[in-house]
Amino acid sequence: MPGITREEVAHLARLARLELKAEELDHFAGQLDDIIGAVARVSEVADQDVPPTSHPLPLTNVMRVDEVRPSLTPQQALACAPAQEQQRFKVPQILGEE
Amino acid sequence: MTVTELVSYEDALAAYDPVMGLEVHVELGTKTKMFCGCSTALGAEPNTQTCPTCLGLPGSLPVVNATGVESAIKIGLALNCEIAEWCRFARKNYFYPDMPKNFQTSQYDEPIAYNGYLDVDVDGEVFRVEIERAHMEEDTGKSTHVGGATGRIHGAQHSLLDYNRAGIPLIEIVTKPIVGAGEKAPEVAKAYVTELRELIKSLGVSEARMEMGQMRCDVNLSLRPRGVEKFGTRSETKNVNSLRSVERAVRFEVQRHAAVLDDGGTIIQETRHFHEEDGSTTSGRVKEEAEDYRYFPEPDLVPVAPTRAWVEELRGGLPELPRVYRNRLREEWGLSRHEMQSVLNAGAIDLITATIDEGAPADQARKWWMGELARRANEDGVELAALPITPAQVARVCALVKEGSLNDKLARQTIEGVLAGEGGPDEVVTKRGLKVVSDEGALGTAVDEAIAANAAIADKIRGGKVAAAGALVGAVMKATRGQADAARVRELILEKLGVEG
Ligand SMILES: [Zn+2]
Repeated sequence: MPGITREEVAHLARLARLELKAEELDHFAGQLDDIIGAVARVSEVADQDVPPTSHPLPLTNVMRVDEVRPSLTPQQALACAPAQEQQRFKVPQILGEE
Repeated sequence: MTVTELVSYEDALAAYDPVMGLEVHVELGTKTKMFCGCSTALGAEPNTQTCPTCLGLPGSLPVVNATGVESAIKIGLALNCEIAEWCRFARKNYFYPDMPKNFQTSQYDEPIAYNGYLDVDVDGEVFRVEIERAHMEEDTGKSTHVGGATGRIHGAQHSLLDYNRAGIPLIEIVTKPIVGAGEKAPEVAKAYVTELRELIKSLGVSEARMEMGQMRCDVNLSLRPRGVEKFGTRSETKNVNSLRSVERAVRFEVQRHAAVLDDGGTIIQETRHFHEEDGSTTSGRVKEEAEDYRYFPEPDLVPVAPTRAWVEELRGGLPELPRVYRNRLREEWGLSRHEMQSVLNAGAIDLITATIDEGAPADQARKWWMGELARRANEDGVELAALPITPAQVARVCALVKEGSLNDKLARQTIEGVLAGEGGPDEVVTKRGLKVVSDEGALGTAVDEAIAANAAIADKIRGGKVAAAGALVGAVMKATRGQADAARVRELILEKLGVEG
């Protein structure tokens, strides 16, 4: 059974910007391995003739007409921002000292 | 960081064969964003065109813009692509504050259009660029970096985000590897982006103004030693945002790759930044692998399945494509393929057409845009259209020449004045006192003086050597500081000397 390695968990954690301790990596590697294993077993049953489901509803082409709708006011848009400046969302330094 | 000494372009091409890939993003000119009804109008105050959907707030749901899909299909058809019968959107996951959702809604392995081509003209020959795909996605917000030396992200203390642009529909058009361009690779790249821009404009789906960021190009380039089949490692130069820069970026990367390879080094697959000032590129971040984006089908949107009837209806409504249109103009204007290509490369087709529409003769309109004005644009390093002169003003200069109030030299000075911001052509003419000396009395005196001062030449002319009149015309033009109508001066000289012209 191809599971997930500790290194892969560390990589995913980095992509998700999660800081994991060494014991957490081991812990999650085990848990994720179980989940991947369970999905793999389902995949074994669902052969080529069963297409993967990406949406539960059999709908296509749900579209809207290109007409402008009212937007939020900037005050509303920024209401939940942890920090703001010059009517813009203020975010911490993007590039760390790498 | 080590600075590699560039290899000359000729030496690089002697040893290596360039392979290019071009990725062009086009911002569609729809009224609203791709997945919500927020306006896309330019120039709005920051964060005045956002809503729960484009801010990625919990509970919001995206709905696809029908015009966005229609535009994508039109672009696909114009690029001779197949149009997907069924395709989905996907989430491209990444953490960067320019997307408040922490993912960009894009298309991954199911683009709406694929397998096409675009024919471009290079040096009077047709070069076919194969298109891999054209897919739908959305633009990101705009960051302002604060605290860095020059507003750059490096060294910035914090950044400010305006999400007005986040969610504006984008079409990304990706070529297959472009091989066989050889030494013409920079020209092919420029010709492709030029042709694509013309195509997009003709479809009316975007104004595709590169200087406004409505069309942006990423240049992927690799070199392989001559005779080797396998592609080398590529670099990806991001945001090359003018036609001239596309050409320069390719040229620079060819020379840089060759230098690294000649040194026995290896090219790192990385993104690079292009610098307008000197046409160089510098290292950006090391490219994340596609799997790092953890693409998966967007569960909040249902598949797009354009009916064949709709696709055919759109195909039937495609306008005359630019190459066809250009050929028609070329014949009307009486130009060779080569001349027409120069006009296209200079970005002058619309300008010349507009100047003709303002009443100028075709040859005059072309003469000014491709001569004096192209020279100025080149000197200033700007696009022709960015020069501070309008087609109507150029047409007015042509009219002044035609009615005889300006000669060629004065017309050039008038244009110079307009470019310098001194006003419209008439204003410049008045302010600078640029009028052909048509006062017959003053002109007659100047002619008399020239004849008196050049008696020997005058005698020759009297004796029938009409060709010698040129010297006297020159003397008069000099005396009037170029402000006389040379043809009239010649007439007067011959008249006064009693010779038939
Ligand atoms: Zn919105």
